[in-house]
Amino acid sequence: MARELWKGNEAIAEAAIRAGLEAYFGYPITPQTELLEYMSARMPALGRVFLQAESEVASINMVYGAASGGARAMSSSSSPGISLMQEGLSYIAGSEIPAVLVDIMRGGPGLGNIQPSQADYFQMTRSAGHGDFHPIVLAPSTVQEAVDIMYDAFPLAEKYRTIVIVAADGSLGQMMEPAEMPPMRSVLTEAERGAWAVRGAAGRPKNVITSLFLNEQELETLNLRLQEKLKTIQMNEQRWEEVETEDARYLLVAYGTVGRTCKTTLREARKQGHKVGLFRPISLWPFPTPRLRELADQVRAVLVVEMSAGQMLDDVRLAVEGRCPVEFYGRMGGVMPLPDEILEALAEVEAKVKAEVEAKVKAKVDTKVLSLNLNL
Amino acid sequence: MHEEIIFSGFGGQGALFAGQLLAYAAVDAGKHVTWIPSYGPEMRGGTAHCTVVVSDEPIGSPLVRRPTTVVALNLPSFDKYENLVKPGGRLIYNSSLMDVQPNRADIRYVAVPANEIGETLGNVRQANVVLLGAFLATTGALPLDVVESALDLHLPERQRKYLASNKAALRQGAAHALATLTPAYT
Repeated sequence: MARELWKGNEAIAEAAIRAGLEAYFGYPITPQTELLEYMSARMPALGRVFLQAESEVASINMVYGAASGGARAMSSSSSPGISLMQEGLSYIAGSEIPAVLVDIMRGGPGLGNIQPSQADYFQMTRSAGHGDFHPIVLAPSTVQEAVDIMYDAFPLAEKYRTIVIVAADGSLGQMMEPAEMPPMRSVLTEAERGAWAVRGAAGRPKNVITSLFLNEQELETLNLRLQEKLKTIQMNEQRWEEVETEDARYLLVAYGTVGRTCKTTLREARKQGHKVGLFRPISLWPFPTPRLRELADQVRAVLVVEMSAGQMLDDVRLAVEGRCPVEFYGRMGGVMPLPDEILEALAEVEAKVKAEVEAKVKAKVDTKVLSLNLNL
Repeated sequence: MHEEIIFSGFGGQGALFAGQLLAYAAVDAGKHVTWIPSYGPEMRGGTAHCTVVVSDEPIGSPLVRRPTTVVALNLPSFDKYENLVKPGGRLIYNSSLMDVQPNRADIRYVAVPANEIGETLGNVRQANVVLLGAFLATTGALPLDVVESALDLHLPERQRKYLASNKAALRQGAAHALATLTPAYT
C-alpha cells in the first residue's frame, strides 16, 4: 500500500476494519464523529454490522453483547460519551470479554468543548469503571501510529481477554497526515473464535458470560485471577519511544499529540546546545515505569507536559520516586501547548535546577567559612 | 525544506480545501505533511483556518505560532495574522476583498486580486486556488503540476465541472505572483 493522506478519525476506522472488525456500535460526538460516519458507509458495504445506537450506554452494551458472541466488536466516542460507558466497561472487564474502544478526547469537565484535551487520563488508566481493573490504554501521536495501534488492538484484547482503549485527542482525530494502511485481514473463522464465547452450545457444555458472582469467595478468586493477569500485562505490554535520551540532562515526558509537539521543542533546545531528551509513553496503562525510573537516575530534572492539569504527572512521580525533581507544564480547556511555550517552561526548569545547585554549593562554602572562623 | 502555512478566510471561501490540496500534493511529492483545521462550531460566513506543515523532515508539532506563510482570503485574516508571520516570511492576500497598508518591512506582501481572477475564469469561488497558485510561485515549495494532479484526484465530485478552470486559476495565481514579485526577491 502507498502512503496516502488520511484524516485521523477515518484512518482509525479503516484500520479497525482491516483488522477484522465485525461489528461497530456508536453514537455521534465531536471531535470523533467522522469515525462513526466512515463506519456507517464502509461496514454495510462489506456485509458487516454498523449500528448507530440511541446512546453511548446502549453502544457499549451492544459491544458487550457482540463480543460475548466471539465477534470483533468496538465502539468509539469522545470524553462525555466515554463517561457514559463506564458501567458497561466495568461489566465487560468483570466478564473478561475482549473489546476495543477509541476515545478522541475533548475539553472538560462536563460538556466542556470540542477542542483537544488529554484530561481523560485518570478515567481511562485508573479503571474506566467501578471495581479493580485496568484496560490496556494505548496513545498514538501520529496518524500512522494510530493506524498501527488500532490494527493490533483486537489480537491484543483477545490475547488477554481484556479491554483495549485507543486514546487520542481531538486534534489527532481531526488532522490529516500521510499513512500507509495495513493489508485487509479476514474476519475470525469459527475455529479462531474464543472457546469461551456464547454462540450456541450444541454438542458441548454451555458457556456462561457474567460479571455477577454473589459468593464472595468466588468473586475474590476472580479478582485474584484478574490481578495476576494485570501483572502479566504490566510485564509484557509496556511501550514507549525515546528521543535523544542517551546524553540527556533534562527529560521531557509527554504522550500523544503533546509528545510530538515536544519533538519540535527538543529540536530547538538541542540547536541551542541544551541536552534535552524525550520519553514518550505509548502504553499509558501499563505505564512504562521501569525505563523511566532508569532515566530519572541519569537526568537533572524531568518536565511533564500534558493537555490537562497534570494527570500522567502522578505516574511519572511514582516512577521517578524522588530521584530527581519532577516539574509540570500543562494547558487545559482545549488549548494546545505550542513548542515555544514548552521551551520556555524547560528553560525555567533548568534555571531552577541551576539555582538550587548554586545554593547548595554556596551553603557548603558558607559552612566551610563558618568552621574556619570557629577554628580561629 | 520546511514550510508552515496558515490558510484563513470566511467559512465557504475554501481555506480548508486549499490547504488540503497542498497537503495531497505534498504527499505525492514525497514530503512529510500535516494538515490541521480549526474545527470549532464553524459555519458559512464565520471564520475558518487550517495549518499545513510541509517538510523534508518528520513533523513534530502540527501547530505553529509564527507561520512562514499566511494566505489571507479576507480582511479579518490579514489583520489577525500580519504580526504573526515569521520575519523573512510572506503574507499572500486576496486584494479583491481588502484595501490594506502593509505594516511590516521584514516580510514580503503578495497582493493577488483572487476574486477578480476567479470571476474572469467563471467562478469566484476559485479564489482559494488562485491564492494557492500564488503561494507555490512565491515559495517554490512544490511544482504546479503536482498540485494539478492533486486537483485531478481530489476535487469533490460535485465540483468536477470546474476542474479545468481550477487548473487555470492555479496557473493564473502563480503568474500574477511572479509578475508582481520585486526583483530583490526574485
